Amino acid sequence: MDAFEAIKATFFQECDELLADLEAKLMLLEQGQTDLETINAVFRAVHSVKGGAGAFGLEALVRFAHVFETLMDELRAGRKPCDAITIKTLLRASDVLADHIQAAQGLIPPVDEARSAALVAEMQVLTHGGEAPVEVEEDEDDFGFTPMAFDMALDDAAPLPIEDLGGDLGADTASTGWRVVFKPMGRMYVNANETSLLLRELGRLGPVTVVVDDSATPTLDALSVEDGCLTWTVDLAAAVDEAAVREVFDFVESDCELTITPLGNGAAGASDIGAFEDEPAAVLPAGDELDIAALLAKASGAAAEPAPQPQPEAIPLAAVKPEPAPVPPVAPPVAAPVAAATTSAPVAPVAPAPVTIRVDLDRVDRLINVVGELVIQQAMLSQRVLESGLARSSGIALGMEDLELLTREIQDSVMAIRAQPVKSVFQRMPRLVREVADMVSKQVRLVTAGEDTEVDKTVVERLAEPITHMLRNAIDHGLETPEERVAAGKPAEGTVRLAALHRSGRIVIEISDDGRGINRERVKKIAVDKGLIAADAPLTDEQIDNLIFAPGFSTAAVVSDISGRGVGMDVVKRSIQALGGRISISSVPGKGSTFTLSLPLTLAVLDGMVVTAAEQTLIAPLPAIVESLTPQAVDLHFVGGVDPVIRFRDRFLPLIDVALIMGFREQPMNPTEGVAVVVETEGGQQAALLFDAIQGQRQVVIKSLETNYQQVEGVAAATILGDGRVALILDVDVLVTDMRRKSVRPDFKLAS
Amino acid sequence: MTEAKDLQRELIAFRIGSQEFCVDIMSVREIRGWTPATPLPRSPGYMKGVINLRGTVLPIIDLGARFGLTTSEPTARHVIMVAHIGGRMVGLLVDAVSDILQMSDASVQPTPDVASDQVKTFVKGIFSIDGRMISLIELDHILPQVEAEAA
Repeated sequence: MDAFEAIKATFFQECDELLADLEAKLMLLEQGQTDLETINAVFRAVHSVKGGAGAFGLEALVRFAHVFETLMDELRAGRKPCDAITIKTLLRASDVLADHIQAAQGLIPPVDEARSAALVAEMQVLTHGGEAPVEVEEDEDDFGFTPMAFDMALDDAAPLPIEDLGGDLGADTASTGWRVVFKPMGRMYVNANETSLLLRELGRLGPVTVVVDDSATPTLDALSVEDGCLTWTVDLAAAVDEAAVREVFDFVESDCELTITPLGNGAAGASDIGAFEDEPAAVLPAGDELDIAALLAKASGAAAEPAPQPQPEAIPLAAVKPEPAPVPPVAPPVAAPVAAATTSAPVAPVAPAPVTIRVDLDRVDRLINVVGELVIQQAMLSQRVLESGLARSSGIALGMEDLELLTREIQDSVMAIRAQPVKSVFQRMPRLVREVADMVSKQVRLVTAGEDTEVDKTVVERLAEPITHMLRNAIDHGLETPEERVAAGKPAEGTVRLAALHRSGRIVIEISDDGRGINRERVKKIAVDKGLIAADAPLTDEQIDNLIFAPGFSTAAVVSDISGRGVGMDVVKRSIQALGGRISISSVPGKGSTFTLSLPLTLAVLDGMVVTAAEQTLIAPLPAIVESLTPQAVDLHFVGGVDPVIRFRDRFLPLIDVALIMGFREQPMNPTEGVAVVVETEGGQQAALLFDAIQGQRQVVIKSLETNYQQVEGVAAATILGDGRVALILDVDVLVTDMRRKSVRPDFKLAS
Repeated sequence: MTEAKDLQRELIAFRIGSQEFCVDIMSVREIRGWTPATPLPRSPGYMKGVINLRGTVLPIIDLGARFGLTTSEPTARHVIMVAHIGGRMVGLLVDAVSDILQMSDASVQPTPDVASDQVKTFVKGIFSIDGRMISLIELDHILPQVEAEAA
């Protein structure tokens, strides 16, 4: 990747952030928070996208962003109310803007011209207050962005020599021009903005006269390098829009005090200038010496009578134009030399913002892998130390304990690096909801909660698809049409809720709607029609609800654009299970349905119970385990004389000899000699797994079998034990539901 | 590069029972002694299970069984060749590694028609050195068929 491409990639990364911000702020607007700050934030996001896109020559994107920006400008200036219709348009515009950005990256095909143009027209109507849309051409020049190189010295920026300025002001400012009073606050500098650049930008608009007021500068002993103490008064003698002047300060608006007033008939301005010219002593000769003398005079002022300083002290911009100097000439006068002299100066407290860095994910993954190895190695060492028979109080044993704690801490910290709030997924959903709602002509409000809930990045990434699918379902199948809702005495607008929360070491995602609930009659009929169940099967409501997870099941009466893409709830269920998660459903007719996903926080480690079966060490995932017990002969029964069941709290559960069905031994073991572990499947089905013994409980690092081999029936993954051997992690669901039913195929017997 | 026909290749030769085979040395990453493997349920007979190779779960294939020749109960004297096959790492269980050979492609003869179908699936060709017959193995189809397609 060459440098240009690298910058472009960074730009697109920024775009993602800007879009996320844009969407969030638009949602605030939608919720009625139409204050100027929010509107400004939206404007800035669009403006930044436009600016960057201009630099990279992304024309379609620039053109669209420009119209968007113009509309935002109207809102910002208060010339246009921020009403519901406008916000709806803005929301859709942000969707199209996102498409333009994706198209510019080549991720999706170019944006549908008609759709883009329609929105452009809509925005223009809004911009021009209902009049016939005015062609954009008038603004064409405005957005012909060209990247330009900055240099810090004010060479070509200082517009005119001072003599010219004086003359100009006297003659022209009478009719046109602006007085800009600009007082940067300390945080403007913290945000790496530079007064000199702003002044130079102003200078590009026309001839300027700049006067700095340093009267607020404290004496040296009270000076803090992070305060802004200068006020700049700039008289701009140019017939330009106020907006053009304001645009210069776009990015610093919230970090400075800014007033822009039209220059009157020039009397005030001219006389000011005149006054300064009468006092040439006040005009300092060069930037490097700027104010230092004055400041020093002030500092020593306690003893000596301070010489009256001309107020305000005038430094015409042209006059401070220096030789290229290490310090930007119009930087605040509290530059390096002074700062060095005031070692005891109190530093103004800066709001602690979280500092972040971007890191290549590969590096993090590598770190996580290595830490995984470290954990295993540590466990191996611990075991060796234990086996060596050293006393617990021995130096080595104590050291091992410390190492164990440290390892655990390192592991937790490393896992935390990858933890991400689910926000990144949730943020994509409002758009989806709008689009789906539009398509099916329903009114939908999306409510989200728990966006800051953190979960491992791998999990976050794989959440998007199931959530998308379930939201679609909720809107398409769950919610009624506005008419039906009103008829049922509900508000016309349906509510879909998407929430995330942590619950006992797992993340729970809930997707609920206040729609009609599951039509059990129809679900049952479809299931019968498709031969999934017998017509007279006695099913509980829960069992009927769970039918929608059956493969090939679709409740949509008509295959619409939204659903019926061949992706059913069975696929959702499978993708959730692949993540080690569970999905459940609860539905109340007429009140709505709630889908609950429960997922592990990370895919890298798992809490497991170490068990043995026919001399093999296996791991049973702890979340699936309900209880363990020693089977008593009195509780054992055989259904039909062959299939063993065990009585557990007055229910009979199938007793599964794991070693037998996995082919680790030929003959079933005597259940009373083993341990039964009661497990629950994703579907809520319970069974008892029979093992030889339970070794204990521990956290294991999950190693995929698929990386080098393939999926193995009944096995979810593998891990490496303390003795360095590989242990298999059981897939409880498959063991209980599928494998039990199949006989061991003769050609697929266990070797060795 | 000038004479493609005489391209020299380095091959690693190994023994299964009384027969000799070889694979391209570039696909072999390391050679190590046998360690007991964790058996996999319901896997084909030639799958010996998985072992831990410095944190990687490595499936072990009994090459003799895979070729339909022998099934041996592995001992500490057996050898595992760790090979790269289509982006995967696989351990191949053989009796012993015997030689490193320099061969030109031109000296490889097609597999004679007498070989069984199972052998022909894996044997790309044969050649002779000092009167020994050595079969050149194609590793691509060593993993179970389902996965060979996916890989």
